[in-house]
Amino acid sequence: MRHLMSPLDFSVEELDKLLDLAEDIEADPKKYAHACDGKKLATLFYEPSTRTRLSHEAAMLNLGGSIMGFSSADSSSAAKGESVSDTIRTISCYADICAMRHPKEGAPMVACQHSSIPVINAGDGGHQHPTQTLTDLMTIRSLKGHLGNMTIGLCGDLKFGRTVHSLIHALVRYPGMKFVLISPEELRLPGYIRHDVLEKNQVPYEEVVRLEEAIPNLDLLYMTRVQKERFFNEEDYVRMKDFYILDAKKMKLAKDDMYVLHPLPRVNEISTEVDSDPRAAYFKQMQYGVYVRMALILTLLEIEV
Amino acid sequence: MVKNTLNVGRISEGFVLDHIQAGRSMDIYKYLHLDQLDCCVAIIKNAKSSKMGKKDIMKIECPIDFMDLDILGFIDHNITINIIKDEQIIEKKALHLPKKIKNVIKCKNPRCITSIEQELDHVFVLTDPDKEIYRCMYCEEKYERRPR
Repeated sequence: MRHLMSPLDFSVEELDKLLDLAEDIEADPKKYAHACDGKKLATLFYEPSTRTRLSHEAAMLNLGGSIMGFSSADSSSAAKGESVSDTIRTISCYADICAMRHPKEGAPMVACQHSSIPVINAGDGGHQHPTQTLTDLMTIRSLKGHLGNMTIGLCGDLKFGRTVHSLIHALVRYPGMKFVLISPEELRLPGYIRHDVLEKNQVPYEEVVRLEEAIPNLDLLYMTRVQKERFFNEEDYVRMKDFYILDAKKMKLAKDDMYVLHPLPRVNEISTEVDSDPRAAYFKQMQYGVYVRMALILTLLEIEV
Repeated sequence: MVKNTLNVGRISEGFVLDHIQAGRSMDIYKYLHLDQLDCCVAIIKNAKSSKMGKKDIMKIECPIDFMDLDILGFIDHNITINIIKDEQIIEKKALHLPKKIKNVIKCKNPRCITSIEQELDHVFVLTDPDKEIYRCMYCEEKYERRPR
């Protein structure tokens, strides 16, 4: 039985196969409409989420399965002090697969140690968010036609942004990647990712503070939100949140095929005037997120269509 | 007693840990949970050493299959372990960095699941043998060693 804890749980070949399946689902969704008839997905969300929980649920419903779960710790036995290991043992009796989001880092790994059903890590604190990475990879591959051989700008909160960390881990496995890390000094990419991932894999990168300076050379721009929930100090959050705002003026500096991705939700880091730009791909990204999660559910449940 | 020497008797069975960095023997006492064992332990602190200047030495009298000393590789792999049986050194054990260590050090990341999950083992995995880096198995937080 397989779980998904980190985007690196899949080899590049396995990932290609998963993305191929997701593209086939996109091309012919009807073919998969009953693939999970009689199967149940439990969504165990200990902290709020819109996209991640609903996209997992939409994915299972699209496959003909059914869903159950909770959407905050307050509405589960966690509020009574139940451990993750006890909860997952219980859920294993009710569902065929589960997706877990938890504010504590490593919680889904505890779950998979005690689970008799596949566990999908749907985000654990500032640590990993592998299904977002699968979504990002599918979006990039679908829009650009390939993975690798491109310059990607990562902008915003690179320190706490787990989506950025996971995406870097996944992309360094492809040849010809170059990263431009755009962030204020306080929110720079952590040293262990710069040294242990980028430098170790001899992936070129540069760090810049101004978005305008970096944007003309990018093939893709990945924007992130400065996340309030990752700050211990309100003052620091307020100071940082408006540091980067992507608007139509900045988009004029970019290449004609420089797509903009964002894991969403956005607060104000992308002006709504960019939404109508054909290079704004962040809503399309959400649709790809459903296809790739459908492919993931099928893969983990070992269902072939 | 000869001036400037301290005699500690031989042990019949157990371990002599030599070449411990001066001042670190109490850390080892703690890591090996020796306070919980009903055995004879001698700690010699700041002993003269031609190689190290000064060093700590520990003598632990206990059955030799009683204790897992692999953790010492994590603490300091320069320590020499002499295994004693019938008052003789029967083996000198070489130390290596253990690939995994369990319930010896604790994850200090307040966001880690180990901070709240009941009776969850604290497990660290060796992720970079060259730099001797251990990371929490759950949250991947790096363990910051005390400077040697």
